[in-house]
Amino acid sequence: MLTVEEIESGTVIDHIRHGKGLRVLEILEIAAEYHSRVALVMNVPSNKMGRKDIVKVEGKLLNEKLMDKIALIAPDATVNLIQNSKVIEKRHVKLHSKLVGVVKCPNPKCITNTENIESVFIVEADKARCAFCERLFKSEELIE
Amino acid sequence: MGGKDLISIRDLAREEIEELFELTDKMDKRLASDSKPLKNAVIATLFFEPSTRTRFSFQSAAARLGADVLSLEDISTTSAAKGETFIDTIRTMDGYCDLIVIRHKLEGSARLAADVAERPVVNAGDGGNQHPTQTLIDLYSIRRFKKRIEKTNVCLVGDLKYARTMRSLLYGLGMFGANVTLVSPKGLEMDKAVISEVKSRFSASVSETNAMDFSDCDVLYVCRIQKERFADPYEAEKVQKEFRITGENLKGAKPEMVILHPLPKIDEIAPEVDASPNARYFEQAKFGVPIRMAVIMKLLGKA
Ligand SMILES: [Zn+2]
Repeated sequence: MLTVEEIESGTVIDHIRHGKGLRVLEILEIAAEYHSRVALVMNVPSNKMGRKDIVKVEGKLLNEKLMDKIALIAPDATVNLIQNSKVIEKRHVKLHSKLVGVVKCPNPKCITNTENIESVFIVEADKARCAFCERLFKSEELIE
Repeated sequence: MGGKDLISIRDLAREEIEELFELTDKMDKRLASDSKPLKNAVIATLFFEPSTRTRFSFQSAAARLGADVLSLEDISTTSAAKGETFIDTIRTMDGYCDLIVIRHKLEGSARLAADVAERPVVNAGDGGNQHPTQTLIDLYSIRRFKKRIEKTNVCLVGDLKYARTMRSLLYGLGMFGANVTLVSPKGLEMDKAVISEVKSRFSASVSETNAMDFSDCDVLYVCRIQKERFADPYEAEKVQKEFRITGENLKGAKPEMVILHPLPKIDEIAPEVDASPNARYFEQAKFGVPIRMAVIMKLLGKA
């Protein structure tokens, strides 16, 4: 396997569905000007998943909203919190049944895009329905 | 009704709708009664987008019950134009009345109004999303004319892609166990996600065709195909002609078949059909008043 340097403090997101690693970086808003070390490993062989992607980001911790966003495109992901080069916490992302203020409604005619209010989505299997305009979206469509 | 508001047909259970229909039967009998159970009530009809028919129907229902009406039409020219937010307008009106009826072009507006207002809110149309009292009128009409909705063969004909009426009606028909046939031109078919939801949620029978064959049909529900949906005006005209309801394509239909339409109609139904005993859309429109009376009474806790 390709060796990637360990990170000292930050987050390792493992078990990302292959091909979704880049989207995870987008969700984390990692761009060219990011200040610390970032690794994306794609197509890593996995017993459970066949192939998977892994993302390692130095100096970034995930809040609940980011975890929810990642769960939308990578429902099997595990998030490892690293401090002093040690895993101090390991969590599975879990798609909550109700997402409040996590993602914007893609429907331009939805009132949530005009009024200053938080979006609300109710998760139905691999889709989510806007609680306002009632439109149903594939989970992936919700991540711009 | 589960909550204090009526926002979407999706919020209602079949039993609640049936209860509402029984109340509608009572309201229909007492349309011109002297008793005015809502004598001291004030109902606000807030139409951010104009719709004269719907507004009049709600106002007529309120008047029949003895309530006073505060009416704002085309609010976009008043407070909203001065920069007041939608939420502030609703909060203010909430203090002036006992029940709010709202129509707005943005989807989800009525749900937001219900979140903000303490008074009950009735959705009178939020963009392409929901118009629950229309769906109730449609279902009630079938129940009145056919005695039941369950196992009735209902054909929905026209633009099933963009017509809000049709999506909500399909949901309601599925809930009541009707057998639904969807008849639409290519490109204007019902959203597949809506069909599969109705099938899986209610184990409903839904089939799709583009053939204008109504031989097994008990209820023919027609809606307009707008020219604007087609890039090519020639194509638009051809499709409108093909999916028009005429004496000719009703020939094989059952004599007791009922034709419904949400109105206003333009030319999707030929004038000769208006005179046939099958055409029941003007009676259907009349049910708008007792249905809305029942909804208002229920939400104000008077029934
Ligand atoms: Zn929405």
